[in-house]
Amino acid sequence: MKGLPPVLITAIVLVAGFAACAVQFPNIASTRVVGNLLTDNAFLGIVATGMTFVIISGGIDLSVGSVIGFTTVFVALAIERWGIPPLVAFVAVLALSAAFGAAMGAIIHVFDLPPFIVTLAGMFLARGASFLLSTESVPITAPVYSTVSDFALRMPGGGRLTAIAIIMLAIVIGGVLLLRLTRFGANVYALGGGRATASLMGVAVGKMTVKIYMLSSLLAGLAGIVFSFYTSAGYSLSAVGVELDSIAAVVIGGTLLTGGQGSVIGTFLGVLIQGMIQTYINFDGTLSSWWTKIATGVLLFAFIALQQGLVALARRPAAKRAGAVS
Amino acid sequence: MENSLDPAPPLLEVRGISKSFGAVRALQEVDFTLRAGEIHALLGENGAGKSTLIKVVTGVFPRDAGVVRLGGEEVAPRSAKAALQAGIATVYQEVNLLPNLSVAQNLFLDRQPMRFGIVREGEMRRRANALLTEFGLDIDVAAPLGNYSVAIQHVTAIARAVDLSARVLILDEPTASLDRHEVEILFGIMRQLARRGIGIVFVSHFLDQVYEISDRITVLRNGRLVGERETASLPRLELIRMMLGRELAETTSARAAASEPKAREICASFENYGKAGYVAPFNLELRHGEVVGLAGLLGSGRTETARLVFGAERADGGQARVEGTSVRLQSPRDGVRHGFGYCPEERKTDGIVAELTVRENIVLALQAKRGLHRPLSRREQDELAARYVKMLDIRPPDPERPVGLLSGGNQQKVLLARWLATAPRLLVLDEPTRGIDVGAHAEIIRLIRELCDDGLALLVISSELDEIVTYSDRVIVLRDRAHVEELAGEAIDVTNILAAIAADGAAMQEARA
Repeated sequence: MKGLPPVLITAIVLVAGFAACAVQFPNIASTRVVGNLLTDNAFLGIVATGMTFVIISGGIDLSVGSVIGFTTVFVALAIERWGIPPLVAFVAVLALSAAFGAAMGAIIHVFDLPPFIVTLAGMFLARGASFLLSTESVPITAPVYSTVSDFALRMPGGGRLTAIAIIMLAIVIGGVLLLRLTRFGANVYALGGGRATASLMGVAVGKMTVKIYMLSSLLAGLAGIVFSFYTSAGYSLSAVGVELDSIAAVVIGGTLLTGGQGSVIGTFLGVLIQGMIQTYINFDGTLSSWWTKIATGVLLFAFIALQQGLVALARRPAAKRAGAVS
Repeated sequence: MENSLDPAPPLLEVRGISKSFGAVRALQEVDFTLRAGEIHALLGENGAGKSTLIKVVTGVFPRDAGVVRLGGEEVAPRSAKAALQAGIATVYQEVNLLPNLSVAQNLFLDRQPMRFGIVREGEMRRRANALLTEFGLDIDVAAPLGNYSVAIQHVTAIARAVDLSARVLILDEPTASLDRHEVEILFGIMRQLARRGIGIVFVSHFLDQVYEISDRITVLRNGRLVGERETASLPRLELIRMMLGRELAETTSARAAASEPKAREICASFENYGKAGYVAPFNLELRHGEVVGLAGLLGSGRTETARLVFGAERADGGQARVEGTSVRLQSPRDGVRHGFGYCPEERKTDGIVAELTVRENIVLALQAKRGLHRPLSRREQDELAARYVKMLDIRPPDPERPVGLLSGGNQQKVLLARWLATAPRLLVLDEPTRGIDVGAHAEIIRLIRELCDDGLALLVISSELDEIVTYSDRVIVLRDRAHVEELAGEAIDVTNILAAIAADGAAMQEARA
C-alpha cells in the first residue's frame, strides 16, 4: 500500500548489494556476519525507527544523537559513581529522555516553530548536558553488562543473535505494528499529509506532536542504553552524527522527507544497507571506513532523485485536472 | 424542492452577524436562514462576504456581533472542528482531506473501528464501502484518496461530513472543478441529502446550476444582506441586479462623452483563441486608442481572458497576432516582449512588492524587459520615477517611500507606472478600481481615458458596470467562460450589459439561430 514501491526498491538494493558482496567475499553470506551486522547497528535501528515516525509526520528530530550520548554518560555515572541499580538507572534515563522529547514536541506545537530549529536546540542542549556530567569516557563494569553482553541466541551456522540485536528487532516489529495497525499510526500519516487538514478532520494535532517527539526521544534513550551495552562505557562524544545516519536510513528506506508516506520496514532495510556497506569495507581491509559515508551519500542522492521522480509521476494526472480550475 | 413551501422551522438561523478586519467591514448585520431539507444558494460577487459569513458561522473567524442558532439553540463554535461536532460541516473547493491516506482512513480518521487498541482494517473498509455505496460510489477504499478524481474526493468529503451526523452541510464552490457529468452526480447526492432533512448551503457562481438545484437564494453585496428569495419566483435579471447592485431605473443615464468610433489601427488580434476548460475560444480585436471593457459575473471568464491575452496562461488553440504578425504567447515574458502590460486584480499578492520603494517598483518591469546585463543606472531610475510620480500624481510624491505605505489608489498608480515605463502597446487592467476610495476611483478612470487618447490599447475588467460604461469604446460580455455579446457605441449601457449577462443560455442560442 503506502510507499510500497520505494520499499521494494530498497529491498532490491539490499539483496543485490548483499549478493555482490557475497560474490567477492563468500564469507559474508553467513549468519555470523549477519548477526554481527545486527548487533553493530542495533542502536541505529532503534533510533531510526523513532525517526521514521517523526519524518512521516512531517517533522525531523536532530536531537537523537545527542540524546544517545547523554544517555550513555548518565547511565555510566549512575551505575558506577552514584551507585544506582542499573535497572533503576535505565528507567530514570528513559523517563528523562521521554520528557525531553515531549518538551520539544510541545514547544514545536505551542509556538508553531519549525521542528528543525527546536530539535537543533535540543541537540546542543543534550550534548552540552552530557559534557556537563563528564568529559571523559566512563567504563561500566556492572555485572549486568557482562551478563547481557554474553547472552546470545545461537543461529544455525554459528551466528550469534545478541541481546541488543533482539531488542532492536523487537522495536522494529513493534514500530511496524504501531504505525500500521493503530489509530496513533494513522494519525502520524495524517499529520504528514497536512497538519491543518488533519486538525480540521479531528486529529488532536498538539497531542500527536508531543507524543511523536516523545516516542523519538524515548527510542533514542533506549538506543543510548543499547549503545552503552555495546561499548560498555559512557562517553559524551558518542553517537555524534547518528541523527544524520538515522535520517539517511529513513530516506533510503523510502520514507518521504516531506512526510505523509513511509514505513518502518523500509527504515530497517535502510539501516541494513548502511551496515552492509560498512561490512564490505571491513572485509576489503584496504578501504578507509569513510567510504561508508561516501556510499551512503551516493545512495541518498539516488533515493531522493527516485522519490522526486515517483512523486512527479504520481502528480502528473492530478496536475492536468487541476489545470481546469481557475 | 418538494417541501420548499412548507413553513418548516429554521434549522440554522444567523442573526445580525458583523465582522470587521481592521478598518474593513466585511459583514454588517447579516441575517441568514436555512430550513431543514432545503438547498439554499448563497450568492454574491467577489468581496460580497460569502466566505467570511461561512467562516464566521463555522468558527474559523471570531464574530464581532450577532447570534447563530442551530435547531433553535445558540451555538458559538470556536473552530471548524467544534462546528463539525455541533453538526455544521463545510466542504471547500479545495477538498480538505488527506490525499496520502486511503479513502477508508479519510472517512474514519480518528474514529476508526477498534478492537484491543488495533484498527479493524477490514471492518473499516466494509463500512467505508457501505457508506460510499449510499452515495453511488463503488471504488477501492483501500487505495490512497489522491489517486481519485476531484469529484470522488468531493463526494468522499461529503460522505464523511454526513456520516459525522452533520445537519448543516456547507458546500463552497463544489462544482468549480467538476465536469458536467460529475456535477449531475453531485446534484443527485445533494437532493438525496436534502430529502433526509439535511440543510445544504450551496455557494457557487454558476447561475445555471443555482437555478437547477436550489430552493432559495440569499444574496450578499459588500458585506450586507441584499435579500432572500425563492428561486422559482426570482427572475434571472432580478437576481443579477441584486448581485451587482443596479436599479435599472438609474442606469439609463447616458454614458459619458466617449470619443466617437473612428477607424483605428489594430494593435493585437486573437482568432479562435481559447483553452479547454478555461475559456471558450473567442475572437478579439484590440485597437490603438481604444478601451475594450470585459463585463460579466465573477467566474464568467473575464480574468481568464485577460490572462490568455497576456500569456500568463497558454492557449491550446487559435491564433494571436500583434500588429499583423502572428506571435506565440507562451508566458508572461512573451507578453512583455510584445509590448503587453498586465495589472492583476490581486495587487497585494500579484502586483506590487510592498517592501520596495516606489522607484524600485516602477523600474521592475522595465529592468526585467532589458535583462540583467543592461542595468538601469540610478540616474535613469530616478528620472523614470520622477516622471511617473508627476505624470500620475502619485502621492506622497516621494519615490523612496516603500509602496506598502501608500494608499490603495496610489499603489494602483505605481503598478500602472511600472507598465507604462516599458512603453507598452497594450495594457490589461483587471479591476483597476477595486479597493480604492471614491476620489482615486475617478482619477484612475480619467487616467484610463488619457492613456487611451495617447494611442495605447486597453483591455479593462471591471465589476462596476457604471465604470465600464464610462470609459469603454466596446464592451465584451462574458458568461459561463465564454464571450457571449459584444456591445459598441450607443449600445453600451448598463441595461444592455445586464440583459446580456442574464440571458439564458438556451434563449441566446435560439436568438442566434
